[in-house]
Amino acid sequence: MNVALAKTTTGAVLDGTFAAARGRLPGVGTVAETRQQAFDDFARTGLPTRRIEEWKYTDLRNLLRDVAPLAPTPDQAALAQAAKLVEGLGTGDTQKLVIVDGVFAAGLSDLTSGGGVTVHALSAMLDDATSATRADLLRSRVADPMIALNAAFATDGMLIDIADDAAPSRPLHIVHVATRPSVAAFTRSLVRIGNRARVTLVESFVAAEAAKAYQAHDVAVIWIGDDSDLQHVRVMEDAGDAANIATAIVTVGARTKFNTFSLTTGGGVSRYQSFITLAGEDSELLTNSVHLLRDKQHGDCTFVIDHAAPNCLSREVFRSVLDDRAHSVFQGRINVHQVAQKTDGKMMSRSLLLSDEAEIDNKPELEIFADDVQCGHGATIGALDDSLLFYLRARGLPEKAAQALLIQAFVGEALESIASDDLRDVAISAAERWLESRA
Amino acid sequence: MAAVQETVDRVRQIDVDQYRYGFETIIESEKAPKGLSEDTVRYISAKKNEPAWMLEWRLEAYRRWLTMEEPKWARVEYPKIDFQDIYYYSAPKPKKTIGSIDEIDPEILETYKKLGIPLREIEALEGVVRPEGERKIAVDAVFDSVSVATTFQKELKQAGVIFMPISEAIREHPELVKQYLGTVVPTSDNFYATLNSAVFSDGSFVYVPPGVRCPMELSTYFRINERNTGQFERTLIIADKGAYVSYLEGCTAPQRDENQLHAAVVELVTLDDAEIKYSTVQNWYPGNSEGKGGIYNFVTKRGDCRGDNSKISWTQVETGSAITWKYPSCILRGDNSRGEFYSIAISNGYQQVDSGTKMIHLGKNTTSRIISKGIAAGKSQNTYRGLVTAHRKATNARNFTACDSLLIGDQCGAHTVPYIEAKNASTLFEHEATTSKISEDVLFYCIQRGLSQEEAVGLVVNGFVKDVLQQLPMEFAVEAQKLISISLEGSVG
Repeated sequence: MNVALAKTTTGAVLDGTFAAARGRLPGVGTVAETRQQAFDDFARTGLPTRRIEEWKYTDLRNLLRDVAPLAPTPDQAALAQAAKLVEGLGTGDTQKLVIVDGVFAAGLSDLTSGGGVTVHALSAMLDDATSATRADLLRSRVADPMIALNAAFATDGMLIDIADDAAPSRPLHIVHVATRPSVAAFTRSLVRIGNRARVTLVESFVAAEAAKAYQAHDVAVIWIGDDSDLQHVRVMEDAGDAANIATAIVTVGARTKFNTFSLTTGGGVSRYQSFITLAGEDSELLTNSVHLLRDKQHGDCTFVIDHAAPNCLSREVFRSVLDDRAHSVFQGRINVHQVAQKTDGKMMSRSLLLSDEAEIDNKPELEIFADDVQCGHGATIGALDDSLLFYLRARGLPEKAAQALLIQAFVGEALESIASDDLRDVAISAAERWLESRA
Repeated sequence: MAAVQETVDRVRQIDVDQYRYGFETIIESEKAPKGLSEDTVRYISAKKNEPAWMLEWRLEAYRRWLTMEEPKWARVEYPKIDFQDIYYYSAPKPKKTIGSIDEIDPEILETYKKLGIPLREIEALEGVVRPEGERKIAVDAVFDSVSVATTFQKELKQAGVIFMPISEAIREHPELVKQYLGTVVPTSDNFYATLNSAVFSDGSFVYVPPGVRCPMELSTYFRINERNTGQFERTLIIADKGAYVSYLEGCTAPQRDENQLHAAVVELVTLDDAEIKYSTVQNWYPGNSEGKGGIYNFVTKRGDCRGDNSKISWTQVETGSAITWKYPSCILRGDNSRGEFYSIAISNGYQQVDSGTKMIHLGKNTTSRIISKGIAAGKSQNTYRGLVTAHRKATNARNFTACDSLLIGDQCGAHTVPYIEAKNASTLFEHEATTSKISEDVLFYCIQRGLSQEEAVGLVVNGFVKDVLQQLPMEFAVEAQKLISISLEGSVG
């Protein structure tokens, strides 16, 4: 059969890629073993196809065809390009941790530790032969082919520890920069947040002019302790023909607040999958995601929220605006375990189609094993309201401006969720850039 | 929390062994040998005196089936079915040709009486004068696999409506059957539909000619009776241009230890301006309190709004079966066509329900509406799985979906798996789903007004399913309401 054939070809090519890359991948001994295991796990399925239910709408074998070869270590020119891009980010005063083509760039980063914050490069930790647990850095609780692939190839990333009671004054900011065409970068970051800590974490994905058709594969594993607060903002502005396949695996303690926002305007093929477990009682989770897509962009936003403890609240908001032949996917799942009584979960997905050729696929799932819960989800799909457009045009606004105003209002609810003024402005200006380029 | 505790106790108390319709009627019957092979298919076809083209059709399906695998994606678990350990055909032994209802095996008639569904014609034969203008129902009673009695034939004939067992239709109206059979659910559609195509024993055939409004509600009562007999019903309903028909299907089955397989196929076709309303009350044996036994209900139901301005409406009340795997769907092909799906799915004991619908918008200005109410109690799993999709050319497609689940007890699960796909900017889809338990406040309010706990819960559940019950034809609504209270007996009054 075709499917089997495609898989073996991809597999064989990748086998070679993995063998070739091994010398460059940090970590020997148990780390190398873990990588091999992860690669074998991946090779069993290969790139996910629509036959795998979780990837039904994002058939990577069709969209990516193949995993690109590993990006070379950045040279001076690449680092100079990256420095320029980081400067232009406009995110205000943040502690920047820069990763260029999958390799941590110490020269561009601010490694100031103190105030309860400790930062390390992942590659150094993987190479640290004295650590008995270094292989755990590549393990995760979620089984997924793309997470396995990341574990096999991860070259670098950040390991951030935030002590109990810490409240860093500046947001931590991981910046992913791509500078080269047709290569793949594999990054993995781990963030451990103690009890009673207050943290803001920002992730940006940007690309240099010359970076085309590259692939960014990222995994972030985050643990949040009890009575803590994490504000998370992710802005993905990769090149329009690049691929960005990213995963967040988050474990939330008791009485903790986790507010995560993500904006996707870049990437030809992108998927951001979050697996969030509410493991402690009385915690609160807010997720807000926005897709602004055009041309032939394909964006996938997948959330799996596990209510594993009683009395937690979760709110998911998804907004997508699609132009041209863009394709957006929202898969949201709320699992309520039997112990998670008094769960209050809500999920709302709204999509705006600006073109007859755009496509939106929604799959909001509820899976409930406890009886004393309030769960709901809603999904709407529609076009811009003609009467509203008419009203604005009658007031003298040109058509595009009227549309822009309505789109802004449409995504506004999600953008408003960002607590920090500076970061909200960053997201709003990214959205405005998208709207302006439409005109 | 007192109310919750009480509800939980109640659920424990109720014993699904108390299945009201769990009795067995002993009648001589004629069976095909156990197991499935080309010979079985030939045997069934020969029993039915089928023409050669029909046998060929069946054999093709059978060969196709051999290459297929059982679907695994539904949220249901059951031991592997041994398809060679099933009787594929069983017919009550014909004593003689049946001329009138009097000649029907009295035991069979007794069974229907126990079900509380006396054939209306019995009354007529006994000279009971029915008030003028009262609605009538024609019953095509399926007792095991053969239609035993078809009533009201004359009146239907006058209107030009063809309502007969499909086995007869194959002989008497081969042109109609050939034209439509398998055009909505192709023989290769899915594992169980293909199996059905190979071995279907009987079912109903309805053809309503152009411009005719069927003068009465058509109805079939299904009974699974003979031990180890799979039931493979095949129903085909065609509403020609401007026609209207309302069809009722009701099911009960006697208590059994072994699991019984039921894989029916229902095909509906509406041409221009036609409408079909299809209602089901399903109350097969759900298994005993340990989850043993019970019917496996793997059904493929699909309607094709082939003509412009046509309409298909599915209404179902699902209370029985150990496993339900059923997705009545509408293909909205004609411009301005409309599809509707109203469902109440109640699961208790160890029942597993995975049901929902598909609304496939292909034509322009097509609209659809889905109202699904799931109630899970005991240790059951209740899943809504649905698809709403708008094709690129389906301009102005509209859908409204509301699926609500109610949980009674903390051992059960309620799941919602909707797929919503739009490929057209003029699409307007709205979807909402909620899961909750009965609000303590509402119960408290009712009890304050003097209702007992049980009455209060009953009131709330009735309110919860009201939207769907309203869609049922009068005759069925009463039965359905009874069923709901039986199914949840003890748990919600």
